[in-house]
Amino acid sequence: MSFVLKLNGVEHEVDAEPGTPLLWVIRDELKMTGTKFGCGVASCGACTVHVDGLPMRSCQTYVDDLDGAEITTIEAIGATEAGAAVQQAWQELDVAQCGYCQSGQIMSAVGLLTENPKPSVDEIHDYMDGNACRCATYQRIRAGIQRASEIMES
Amino acid sequence: MTLNTSRREFLKGAAAAGAVLVVGLRPDGALAAGDGAAQINPFVKIGSDGRVIAVVKHFEMGQGPATGLSTLIAEEIGVGMDQIGYEFAPSNPELYANLAFGQFQGTGGSTAMANSFMQYRNAGAAARAMILDAAAQSFGVDAGTLDIVDGVVTGADQSAPLGDFVATASQLQAPAEPVLKTPDQWRLIGNPDIRRLDGAIKGNGSAMFAMDVYLPNQMVVMLARPPQTGGLVAGFDDSDAQSIKGFIRAATLPNDAAVAVYAENTWAAMQARDALRVDWDLSAAETRDSAQIKAEILAALDGDAEYNVLNTEPGPMDQAAQVIEQTFYFPLLAHAPMEPLNCTIEADADGGVTLHDGAQMPTGPHMALAQIFELPMDKVRINTMLAGGSFGRRATPSADYQVEAALAFVITDRTRPVKLVWSREDDVRGGYYRPAFGHKVRVGLSAEGDIVAWDHRIAGQSIMKGTPFESVLVHDGVDHSSVEGVSDTPYTIPGFHVGLTDTKKATSTLWWRSVGHTHTAYAMEVMMDAAAQAAGRDPVEFRLAHLGDSPDAVRKAAVLKLAAEKADWGNAPAGRVQGVAVHKSFGSFVAEVVEISGAADSGVKIEKVTCAVDCGIAVNPDVIKAQIEGGVGYGIGHAMRDEITLTGGVVDQSNFPDYEPLRIRDIGAIETHIVPSAEPPTGIGEPGTPPSAPALANAIAQAGPVVALLPMVNDGVRFA
Repeated sequence: MSFVLKLNGVEHEVDAEPGTPLLWVIRDELKMTGTKFGCGVASCGACTVHVDGLPMRSCQTYVDDLDGAEITTIEAIGATEAGAAVQQAWQELDVAQCGYCQSGQIMSAVGLLTENPKPSVDEIHDYMDGNACRCATYQRIRAGIQRASEIMES
Repeated sequence: MTLNTSRREFLKGAAAAGAVLVVGLRPDGALAAGDGAAQINPFVKIGSDGRVIAVVKHFEMGQGPATGLSTLIAEEIGVGMDQIGYEFAPSNPELYANLAFGQFQGTGGSTAMANSFMQYRNAGAAARAMILDAAAQSFGVDAGTLDIVDGVVTGADQSAPLGDFVATASQLQAPAEPVLKTPDQWRLIGNPDIRRLDGAIKGNGSAMFAMDVYLPNQMVVMLARPPQTGGLVAGFDDSDAQSIKGFIRAATLPNDAAVAVYAENTWAAMQARDALRVDWDLSAAETRDSAQIKAEILAALDGDAEYNVLNTEPGPMDQAAQVIEQTFYFPLLAHAPMEPLNCTIEADADGGVTLHDGAQMPTGPHMALAQIFELPMDKVRINTMLAGGSFGRRATPSADYQVEAALAFVITDRTRPVKLVWSREDDVRGGYYRPAFGHKVRVGLSAEGDIVAWDHRIAGQSIMKGTPFESVLVHDGVDHSSVEGVSDTPYTIPGFHVGLTDTKKATSTLWWRSVGHTHTAYAMEVMMDAAAQAAGRDPVEFRLAHLGDSPDAVRKAAVLKLAAEKADWGNAPAGRVQGVAVHKSFGSFVAEVVEISGAADSGVKIEKVTCAVDCGIAVNPDVIKAQIEGGVGYGIGHAMRDEITLTGGVVDQSNFPDYEPLRIRDIGAIETHIVPSAEPPTGIGEPGTPPSAPALANAIAQAGPVVALLPMVNDGVRFA
């Protein structure tokens, strides 16, 4: 079946079965590989993208539910103010180790800072709790969000 | 500035032709160099545009060798970190062997920097010497008057980019013993401001992991594996899978270990596999429950040990003023790297094959694929990709997932590449676990509160027996990885007896970040605290009193003192308590002080972890800090609440909801202090893990129970 997805500002016509997770359309059909498969059950956050500006787990978001939605992935998040700030902070602090979860971490962090530009530590914990990092880079993720908040403020 | 014009023009011409200088080792180990056609496999390549490429023989799972080995090359040549890039070495055990593993290329045992430190510095220094010789010819001066700074050759009132001399340098002989820079000349080694070379790509989605390989016309393969270790395919029915769009076919692997489902894309492969009905032959399968396995391990701690590992003057246990005893249990653990296992195989035009893989030990799959495809080694290529974590899982002696992919590919007509993808459920249930272990420790104390006897029994499944590493790591029946961290402790322990019993194979097992130290450090360090408490002594003072003047003991004491000082040991803020542990592993020494609030019954919160590490020369201090932070999280997260259990041989857990990773709220700030050192670099990927869980346990025990049966949530500990 044919669907039109608006992704990073560009409309793509994709052929997919109804019920196909957005994650697999992005990766297998559009060959955009920055969005990662980690668990398939919305338990790790590696597949996080933005749908109409809000972080969503693309492994549990379906291609048939996205008519008219604006989808943003890690490849384009740097074009937003918060996205650029988070990417800068991530590099300044060398947050990533293996890096596989970091697309999702960054997409969630951008969602948080867009909603709440100066989050407290508890607010960071609440918002980021669904993004797992098996390398346990959590303290740098926490610091990275705080640093991005400073960058945005200045 | 004067320039030899004709010479410069010649060099420019050579530069335009794309000259390259490569420096590396010949198979006999001698340094060698040449141009792009040279028959060596290089550690460094320099283009006539001045771009330096470090050829990294270790894979990158986040632990930092891409940055670390590049740092060594950049330092010795004299270029900045913005002037160097890296690529992963091809699989070739003759040229890129891990010096700690013999004729075997691979990453493990935290050896990447330790075995590369001199190799890569020598290669960089040789390249520098050759460029300086070429520049000296060009400038008409003595090479000793020249230097390379930030990629520019300067001296004798002249300067030019180093790329200008690459063509000439590539025709020179490599020096047999190049002069290395001395520590006082280092600008990059030890510099805390050096950023990771893979930092940017890991923040913008462009980093390429094996999972990101999409070859034209590839098929995705997922496997239906038996529910229990040892099961085999008896037959299958794919009639329901036929209706799934994108399903291609299903076939039993030649070794009957699984049914391969071939599909046009990942989602179709997942659905088709779910729709498959497989009959299993479980006659040889594991059928025990984990409770039974645990009981067998704990029972093996009594009676005569199978192996008498160590017996220093039978200790006067019966003369001890008091004896304390504790039994420990450590469950099976999965590695669960963030990137599920996967790899892709394609046919090459010359009849060979290429494997695209986050290959931790390329030599293993290289040999396995050569055998499966009946190809000579040089017709099997491995393209090493970034790995989304591993913690040991991507390095099985059996090359498990690469063999699966090869078997799935070998039974096709090989016109379409095969990408094997594991789901998270496959990963959590897929075996190759940290083996379950039990320890029973009796410590005898004198009236003065000193250790006079230590009887240590260990039981569990050997990791190394039956693998190619058996000949190196198993001696007189004792698998060193079962007892490392106990039998070789730097503590001064009189009357020390260590006994080991191998228990029956329950499932496939594997090294898991820090291997034997995952359990031995816990047993040793929790017992040290229990002994200190029984003796009425401070845990730090008690440990220091049992560290003598051997080099290891001195270094171990130094990190312990540093961590205690930085944590303000003994002066925890109101409402908090501290626990400490210190351990040597992979040549490095790490002490950690965990500070908690709350208590076991009301809910423990990990507020702060203060670490001190001595890993020899700190090449990339910030990478070292990151590895300690990650190692602490990995150790503590699993100790808190993770275990793999079996019911009738079937793994009970399946995905992160029931194999819950450490989350951001679980752990507070981690502070790491590095001991300055002039010793050769030692391990850093693993040594942060062993002391973390016992330090947490020792903090909990300050105002609560001794936690000895892991995970902690099974032994009366709640977490806030």
